[in-house]
Amino acid sequence: MMALLQAVTVPQPSALDPHGPAAAREATLWWVMLAIATVIFILVLYLLLRPLFRRPVDGDTTPGEAMPPDVQRRWLVWGGAVMPAAVLFVLFLFTLTTLAAVRMPARAGDLTIEVIGHRWWWEVRYPGRGVVTADELHIPVGRPVRIRLSSDDVIHSFWVPQLAGKTDLIPGQGNDTWIQASQAGTYYGKCGEYCGRQHAHMAFVVVAQAPGEFDQWLAREALGAQAAGDSGAVVGQKVFRDRGCAFCHAVRGTPYHGDVGPDLTHIASRRLLAGGSFDNTRGMLAGWIANPDVMKPGTLMPAVEMPADELQALVDYLQTLK
Amino acid sequence: MSTIEAGPGVEERLRTNWEPPETLYFQLASVDHKKIGKRYLITAFLFLLVGGVEALLMRMQLSRPENTLLTPEQYDQLFTMHGVTMIFWYAAPILSGFGNYLVPLFIGSRDMAFPRLNAFSYWTFLLSGIVLYTGALIGMAPDGGWFAYTPLTGPAFSPGLNLDFYAISLLFLTISTTAGAINFIVTIFKMRCPGMSMSRMPLALWSTLTMSFAVVFGMPPLTAALVFLELERRWNFHFFDPLSGSPLLWQHLFWIFGHPWVYIVILPATGLVSMMLPTFCRRPIVGHTYIVLATIATGMAGFGVWVHHMFATGIPVLSTTFFSAASLTVSIPSGIQIFGWLATIWHAKRHVWRTPFYFIVGFIVLFVIGGFSGVMTAAIPADWQETDTYFVVAHIHYVLIGINLFPVMAAFYYWLPKMTGRMLDERLGRWNFWVMFTGMNIAFFPMHVVGMLGMTRRIYTYPAHLGWTWLNQVETVGGFIFAAGVLIFVANYFISRKNGVRAGPNPWQASSLEWSVSSPPPAWNFSVIPAVASREPLWDGTDLLAGGGGDGRVLSHEKKTLGTTVLDAVPDSVLHMPEDTLYPLGLSVALTVLFYGLVFKSVPVFAVGLLATFAAIVGWLWPKPGELPE
Repeated sequence: MMALLQAVTVPQPSALDPHGPAAAREATLWWVMLAIATVIFILVLYLLLRPLFRRPVDGDTTPGEAMPPDVQRRWLVWGGAVMPAAVLFVLFLFTLTTLAAVRMPARAGDLTIEVIGHRWWWEVRYPGRGVVTADELHIPVGRPVRIRLSSDDVIHSFWVPQLAGKTDLIPGQGNDTWIQASQAGTYYGKCGEYCGRQHAHMAFVVVAQAPGEFDQWLAREALGAQAAGDSGAVVGQKVFRDRGCAFCHAVRGTPYHGDVGPDLTHIASRRLLAGGSFDNTRGMLAGWIANPDVMKPGTLMPAVEMPADELQALVDYLQTLK
Repeated sequence: MSTIEAGPGVEERLRTNWEPPETLYFQLASVDHKKIGKRYLITAFLFLLVGGVEALLMRMQLSRPENTLLTPEQYDQLFTMHGVTMIFWYAAPILSGFGNYLVPLFIGSRDMAFPRLNAFSYWTFLLSGIVLYTGALIGMAPDGGWFAYTPLTGPAFSPGLNLDFYAISLLFLTISTTAGAINFIVTIFKMRCPGMSMSRMPLALWSTLTMSFAVVFGMPPLTAALVFLELERRWNFHFFDPLSGSPLLWQHLFWIFGHPWVYIVILPATGLVSMMLPTFCRRPIVGHTYIVLATIATGMAGFGVWVHHMFATGIPVLSTTFFSAASLTVSIPSGIQIFGWLATIWHAKRHVWRTPFYFIVGFIVLFVIGGFSGVMTAAIPADWQETDTYFVVAHIHYVLIGINLFPVMAAFYYWLPKMTGRMLDERLGRWNFWVMFTGMNIAFFPMHVVGMLGMTRRIYTYPAHLGWTWLNQVETVGGFIFAAGVLIFVANYFISRKNGVRAGPNPWQASSLEWSVSSPPPAWNFSVIPAVASREPLWDGTDLLAGGGGDGRVLSHEKKTLGTTVLDAVPDSVLHMPEDTLYPLGLSVALTVLFYGLVFKSVPVFAVGLLATFAAIVGWLWPKPGELPE
């Protein structure tokens, strides 16, 4: 039914394949714990299986005496309490040092991005830069970026496994986190907290770019939409107005200022549509406008009845919004 | 080994007083803890099967990327119902089933302290489950996940009746759970046979006692949360609304209850293991006292760790650090218990390789794995990656299947012969274990991996290009293997009930009191209330009947049993036990009407339910002739 993210290539969003300092520290902690767990697991298996493979000396089933108290103490106190306590203490110290390293970036960043959770898409704002977009964060490589999180409806969770762990977006409460990418690339992110019907399709990408490239992107995004040039787009812009798209969507540089759905000023330059549900191709865009509830059952985007030629014109128009 | 027997005249009188005729009325009116216990076991097991089918449907949906077998709505209802069913209507009630059947037998008593309340607990458990599943039948099953985070589950974002079925059936169930817990506490404190001082109590009693206190203290936050939720959903209150309340308040209330609940559904199971294991190692458990302390410590510490479910919510780091430390600390008492079992196996006089022993060995392996993944989620920065992914799904299933279901399977093989008088088939039993153990690990181990690869939980589908497909397919295959293991048990039960070898009183040559009576036990359990002199009354060679002459511990002339002091179990009272009565069932039905009225917002139905509830309570408490205080 849907081809999700087929053309946009993202690496597998593995928390164990970190591309940023926070995720790297978190992954190290994880691997250390796994190593400790493996060693203790082998010890437990030895203690469990060794006696089991010992052949019983005889078939006598009369019950034996209780073990002497010092044997009992040795097992329970040394094996059961002191050994785990020592391991856990070391682990706790390692947790604290990792926490100290991860909770704040090594140096203060100068860029803040606001991410607002909606059912089921991400509003992305660059305060003071006049940039509003959706489902796509652009960040400069090698610099910590502060992410200010809030939600418009229910609780969501912001997660880019390769860059940092989760932080929730909670309505009525602002949360902060930060991300930093150590290499240029596109990273897959998604909502971590179950947020209703289309929780599965609430994804986004983080595009980490060289600083110069990022500045260019930011400058381009800050511009309003270009006036519709060719005739198809002009018709499409009318459709956009007359069919009520502008009630929900804004196109900066035009009189359309709807603030319910994603800002469409530069929709044609985005990689994904509809909360990261599918690639931004002409066909997907047309299908999404015509049948949103088929493409993404439960979506809040209403279907708007319109003749095929109007739909084509509308898509023509949207595709000029680069 | 001593067995308890009494003269024929005594048996005759006991039969008249304790054994009602097998009519429908007496089935419905029964207050016999053994009947109630068996009903709990059967009902909870049926809920396990239903929850299992729900899980298999989800596994089928996830076996292919972009699958359209289920709609998102169906999937959301299925994962919610699966979690709610397994956690609330299977995991705790199945242990209440064993507890109800076994606790009076463990302690040498003839029934629970409040037999009518006990019957009421069962009917309420059953009927609240029916209220819950009414939602599923009319297509309005809860769909907010088993922990139902607000504001998603509030009136603005979940306007249907779905969440009302969740909140109200759960409120209904808490009545059953709380009543059951109080019953266990009083029974264990006041009805142990002479000589069974606290220090001689079997370990399952300690774990049941700890569980019961955790219920008594843990239920009120849940009840409060559910009442708040309904007030918000129905009458525009604003407890969890972001504008004038706090969405996080729900999470605090829920998890203050929710984490102790994890121990509520595993501690009694670990207690059962501690009672079974010595039988198969032919030696008393190693570290009895330490295990008692560890059990109590787990139950108490369980109340101090709830924020580890909320590390990603933006709670200040300093606060979360305390909860991280507390959560790591909880694993120390678990370590103590595990080393107690390891030591018992290590120092075994010999190993008796029967099915329950297989399940116990498997349980230890799964417990350790589930314990480690738990420690890995207690470390805050790692948890930020793991939380709400399949890593956590793997963890919860290793814990709940490993520490609840595997001991339950062991307990079925061990104690069903006591209940039915027939042994379960050993060959099928081993198949049962190996198929379940293999299926369990194939189904759930890959979930750790796919979670770390970025797969979040509660998604009805996933794209192909993220590389999660093959792991999901492995999990689905494992899920079906596991289900086949459960079916082997069902088959074994039905085959063995007809053709099983007769068990006799003590087929395992075990040490505790339930094995001193016939299988199945008579309605009055013990013709003479036994007297014990050690922790292993059937192994120490003493005569349980010693000093039992006269009517002092026979008590056959009316429906009576013995009350003893809390610490030392010195007889201090003779307890008159109530006759069979329909009031517990009547009160449960009245409450069902009342709760249906609440769900469907029907004032007349609610009013009828309320009046009927009142009438049932009055009828229940109405003094019978001869019961009035003198």
